[in-house]
Amino acid sequence: MASRTLDHKGRPVVVVTGLGLVTSLGVGAETCWSRLVAGHSGIKPIRRFSTQGLKTTIAGTVDDLDVAPYSAFDLSTAMAESAAEEAISQAKIGRTASFPGPLIVATPPSEFEWPHLREIYDAHPNNALTGYKRLLANARRERFGGLARHVRFSAIADHLKQRFGTEGAPLSVCTACASGATTIQLGLEAIRRGATDAALCIGTDATVHPEGLIRFSLLSALSTANSEPTKASKPFSRTRDGFVMAEGAGALVLESYDAAKARGAKILGVVRGCGEKADEFHRTRSKPDGAAMIGAIRKTLADAGVEPHEIDYINAHGTSTPENDKMETLSLRAVLGDHLLRTPISSNKSMVGHTLIAAGSVEAVFSILTLERGVLPPTLNYDPDPDLPLDVVPEQSRQARVRTVLSNSFGFGGQNVCVVFSGEPA
Amino acid sequence: MPNVQDDVWITGIGLVSSLAEGAAAHWNRLSNGPQRPVIDPQRFAPYTVHPLVDIDFSKQIPKTSDQKQMERWQRIGVYAAGLALADANLSKDPALLDRTDLCIAAGNGERDLALDSRILAAIGSTGESGAYLNQELATGLRPTLYLGQLSNLLAGNISIIHKATGSSRTFKGEEMAGVSAVEDAVSRIQSGQGELFLVGGALNAERDDALLGCEVAGSLYQGPYRSVWQRREQGGGLVPGSVGAFLVLEASNHARRRGALPYARIANVVSDSTRRRAGDAAAAGARLFGRLGITPATGVLGVLSGASGVELPTSEELLFLAGLERRGFTPLIRAWGSVLGHTLEAHFVVGLALAAMAVSHDTFYPPFETSEVEHASDMRPDRILVTAFGHWRGEGLALVQSAW
Repeated sequence: MASRTLDHKGRPVVVVTGLGLVTSLGVGAETCWSRLVAGHSGIKPIRRFSTQGLKTTIAGTVDDLDVAPYSAFDLSTAMAESAAEEAISQAKIGRTASFPGPLIVATPPSEFEWPHLREIYDAHPNNALTGYKRLLANARRERFGGLARHVRFSAIADHLKQRFGTEGAPLSVCTACASGATTIQLGLEAIRRGATDAALCIGTDATVHPEGLIRFSLLSALSTANSEPTKASKPFSRTRDGFVMAEGAGALVLESYDAAKARGAKILGVVRGCGEKADEFHRTRSKPDGAAMIGAIRKTLADAGVEPHEIDYINAHGTSTPENDKMETLSLRAVLGDHLLRTPISSNKSMVGHTLIAAGSVEAVFSILTLERGVLPPTLNYDPDPDLPLDVVPEQSRQARVRTVLSNSFGFGGQNVCVVFSGEPA
Repeated sequence: MPNVQDDVWITGIGLVSSLAEGAAAHWNRLSNGPQRPVIDPQRFAPYTVHPLVDIDFSKQIPKTSDQKQMERWQRIGVYAAGLALADANLSKDPALLDRTDLCIAAGNGERDLALDSRILAAIGSTGESGAYLNQELATGLRPTLYLGQLSNLLAGNISIIHKATGSSRTFKGEEMAGVSAVEDAVSRIQSGQGELFLVGGALNAERDDALLGCEVAGSLYQGPYRSVWQRREQGGGLVPGSVGAFLVLEASNHARRRGALPYARIANVVSDSTRRRAGDAAAAGARLFGRLGITPATGVLGVLSGASGVELPTSEELLFLAGLERRGFTPLIRAWGSVLGHTLEAHFVVGLALAAMAVSHDTFYPPFETSEVEHASDMRPDRILVTAFGHWRGEGLALVQSAW
């Protein structure tokens, strides 16, 4: 029986007690939220590196943290730290640097960037060797230990574990652009099975560097509407032409309802359920009938014990690519039926861009704030696509009391993860 | 709380390495000592690697177009995953595949080494590099190369090729990626959150870019081949090995219903991640061992060690294992890295696969090397400890036992 303490399947109810955020709109959940609901855009021309000759020259970079020189590792880590600190401080959980639960963090690829390769390559310029033979020879002559963090997949998690004193081995996960949602799912499951009372779930991604941008560009995934950056991300619009890369981090403190209540914590929202379904159709495209996305949404509603008509707001994945927005609409329609036409939907990506690995985390934070504040953030640049019949919240935010939010996250490699959030149990 | 108490059975093994292809072939090679590791000391000198056996990838990945969309680590992994699914009798069962959950341990895929080399040579001479770099990358990178590099695209390709599509999670973090993947599956089975899992990982060790990452971290062994226990005088280090290792993990009741037989069961998996000050890893091992709850709490204990040969964790693991004697155990140690190489994300899964085979054959392996660490014995292993002391971070232990 469902109660405040146990859900419809007799599992512990899991709640959110802390939120933290860094996006192209700013640092801190309150800053990001106020700019989001005011319809501000964080998309701008890239200044971090030369974009000469590139098809896409805009992104939602995070420029407000003092990380110089830029590297994906250092900025991703700094953003994750900032978001986690904010979330933990809001939750008022644990002692200083002693978080009473595991860390689950979604991280971007760990790899050398060009300045790192060049540093090793140029360390001994008289070297007659070339290519990787030279890189390896130079690396043998001299320790480049300071660069190791860039290629260690466990390094971001390790840094955060030391900083916040989380328990046990941290989890580093990647389910592409669904990764942030996966961290919430892993935390939810761990609390439900009684392995922990709390979990620190973070997604972070700061990969706006030349190769990071070019490889998405080569997959024809990016908008090339460079001339008016704030208008480039246009989810569900007729003229959408790709996503806009962006950076960000979102952090959530999850706790069992009982643990949160016992320590008198303020409950910000409930993680009602999660579901996932893998697609076997194609590496970057969904099965044309939407089976996997539909499966993920259905599994999520079943896990949450929520009927389709109870969803009263959708925080869409809404990347602004022709493919995603079409398939997301088709899949929502298949599950929600005509109720979809009466369900407001918006894509935060129209303003913050696509934060990739972090998107599920960033949008989870916005989803909880939507519940808490009773304001639906807008979708900028909305020019209705007649093929996508939706109640998109256009241009300006809308006041609305929302009880249950569906947040979608879909990624390359057939990753589909959804989460249902609702307000504090009555 | 749900309290569906299921045992975690290993009902399928898929293994390819420098030694052999398939679980049975590995058993035959490894259970008949003495061991002769397959090594290639020349191709990447001064580093030694264990190169993958020749494999006809088309046996598991029939379409050339699919093979072309993958980098080699993905092909190795998809191949091994196919062997595991076939071994568990799942390959031809679309309904079961449709709800097979994937827990994958992965790093990144290969870079385009020729392009990197060309750009590095040119940048060195041109000074200002931004526009040049953009042009070379935008015109030189194969458009789909990124899909061969993304961590979660091993899982993605397994879904595409083998139609295993229940859910899909990829864990990262070198050796701990494997521990995390196994732990996630085991915990979900034990708590009734899942019934049928494909768990594993793959490493292509024969790559300059991967070697560079290890060298920069100071983790690579140089010099003539030696077993993991015998590298100390040369400063220690890991010798990477190419491998694909997958397990089908299944709730015992689920397996019984479909008539699947287990190799063994995973009784428990535990993990931690210490800062690696002196003594940290050994102490973590001892602490984790206590949490395994091994009974009877004395006697001979088969140990399949995932030691890498990197000095600090390897010597601390030996300290931890020596400490087991004081607790009344007689550890009988075998480090599979000496014969298969160190396989990072896949390493823990390899150890579990070897443990499962030994338990199911009721026979332990002869020593994998000739130092004083590994002693011959005719013990019959009804329980085997599998260790994972990450070369930089992470400590994990598993207990594999007879399913009966």
